[in-house]
Amino acid sequence: MKILVAIKRVIDPDARIRLNADSSGVEEESVEYKVNPFCENAIEEALVLQGAHGGEVVLVTVGPEDVTQTIRSGLAMGADRAIRIEGVDTELDSDLVARILHKVVERESPNVILLGKQAVDGDNNQVGQLLAQYMGASQACFASEVVLEGEQAKVTREVDGGLETISIPLPAVITADLRLNEPRYASLPGIMKAKRKPIDVLTLDELGVTDTALKIEVLSLELPPERQAGSMVESVDDLLDKLKNEARVL
Amino acid sequence: MDAMTLDDIIGWKPLLTDEERTIRDSVKRWVTDRYMPRITDDFEQGIFARELIGEIAELGVLGANLEGYGCAGASHVAYGLACYELEAGDSGLRSFVSVQTSLAMFSIWRYGTEEQKQRWLPEMAAGRAIGCFGLTEPMHGSDPGGMTTRAVRDGDDWLITGNKMWITNAEFADLAIVWAKTGEDAASIRGFIVEKGMPGYEAHNIPGKMSMRASATGSLVMDQVRVPDANRLPEAKGLGGPLRCLTNARYSVGFGVLGAARFCLDQAVAYTQERTQFGVPLARKQLIQQKLADMGARIVHGCVLGVHYGRLKELDALHHVQVSLFKRDACQTALDAARDARAVLGANGITTEYHVIRHALNLESTYTYEGTHEIHTLALGRALTGESAF
Repeated sequence: MKILVAIKRVIDPDARIRLNADSSGVEEESVEYKVNPFCENAIEEALVLQGAHGGEVVLVTVGPEDVTQTIRSGLAMGADRAIRIEGVDTELDSDLVARILHKVVERESPNVILLGKQAVDGDNNQVGQLLAQYMGASQACFASEVVLEGEQAKVTREVDGGLETISIPLPAVITADLRLNEPRYASLPGIMKAKRKPIDVLTLDELGVTDTALKIEVLSLELPPERQAGSMVESVDDLLDKLKNEARVL
Repeated sequence: MDAMTLDDIIGWKPLLTDEERTIRDSVKRWVTDRYMPRITDDFEQGIFARELIGEIAELGVLGANLEGYGCAGASHVAYGLACYELEAGDSGLRSFVSVQTSLAMFSIWRYGTEEQKQRWLPEMAAGRAIGCFGLTEPMHGSDPGGMTTRAVRDGDDWLITGNKMWITNAEFADLAIVWAKTGEDAASIRGFIVEKGMPGYEAHNIPGKMSMRASATGSLVMDQVRVPDANRLPEAKGLGGPLRCLTNARYSVGFGVLGAARFCLDQAVAYTQERTQFGVPLARKQLIQQKLADMGARIVHGCVLGVHYGRLKELDALHHVQVSLFKRDACQTALDAARDARAVLGANGITTEYHVIRHALNLESTYTYEGTHEIHTLALGRALTGESAF
């Protein structure tokens, strides 16, 4: 059993972000990066599946050299090795990432490809689906439970208003939802061991991705409006009055 | 201008290794997710979260900066940062880890036989065996050389009699590192691994604490406890043995209390940004900013010193006077920061909901334990003058 987990780094979701001068992106000077939370669910599931079925867990990400720290935190959770594809965040979109991952899948021939359902920065929710399409493989997105049975994966999906359980043939693309599991905390010994685990670095050329054109162009970003300070009301009548006449929600 | 984070002002991130940063993040996340939701109840009830010992061990912080025997072998700075994040949770949590790692495990790691290390250290790193450290006595605190606990040779064994007081983890410890005189003077002090269940050994909880309520603080009562010579730590001779263990632990105290101080500063800053008086946020008031600036500046000094001394410790070049200075000033900084944060939060500051009063109460203990503020002042004074004023 070989499990490939595609992960993405995102700016620390708890940190305050600033926009760059022309509002085309986020100021990256001195920001902290974390593994995208849904990607952590994907890594955790890969490790659980490895625990049950044996085999290897391989991480892959696209990014510049300093994305290595993000990879190491995934390795610290327990993955065996990693592949970093040279790339620059601003020169990527979901489609290009999916095509890059497709080439990685061809090289590695994994049985299962796990991803987070989406990254919490762009909220695109596309890479898993696009990758399955490029591979011509089955997909199970928003997984809340994964069971491998022989050459099939039985996946419970969170859909509007309930759960759907489907069975799909391997190799397959599965994207993790939040309730799939609780990602483990990287342990200190795990973090120390991660230092010595191999990370292969490949360029797009070496991988055979020649078309690097983007299909999406970000025109502008805006920060949400600043929160106004709250105020105390004296009585329920006051509150009702304000809700009716100031907030106009009643 | 945009507010800067305390981390930015300390400026330590570019100086840390990836492992150190990741270790800190992982511990911080665990504390936030798993410990913070329960600490207020634990503190109010006066209990240590024993159910979490397994998770703490899985995190790998027990014995974190020791090499071999199932320990993580992380850098001293990484261990310091772990303590920094643990104590942002509660001083009781960090004390549990410090006592297990820097006192109990370190005693065996540094002074024990190969058999003792093989037997105890992997179990202690895994949290299956918990240790405590018995040096202080009811009548002998700052002057441990005056201890009255005695170990008397009896064939292949020792008979240990005496009382130890203010012992963290005592109540549930599986083993106690007990320091006892084998003769009349301090040079005759030796260390012994006393195991729970040995006849004549009892551990009791100390009730009525208004500080360190989420930590198990107890006493050890030993009446003719028969301990085999194989349980003696052969490499420790005289008072230097336990004192070196304490120097090792004080380093973790220094880092730890700064984490508590950081937490209090964060609370105070957030509160003053939200709280409006006289029509403007408190954060815009000069007297408030003075308090926050004083707190912040001193925490920054402490953290910079901590990383510097941590690197010296990695070179095995850290002097005990430096540790005295670090522990002393960090504890004073933290206590002042917690009290100031309490004042800044006004009446809200006295409720457990905002946590700063809990830290302020805990930090009364850290000010005094592991060498009092006053004793460390004398250590520094002696180093500067060559004159002992103890």
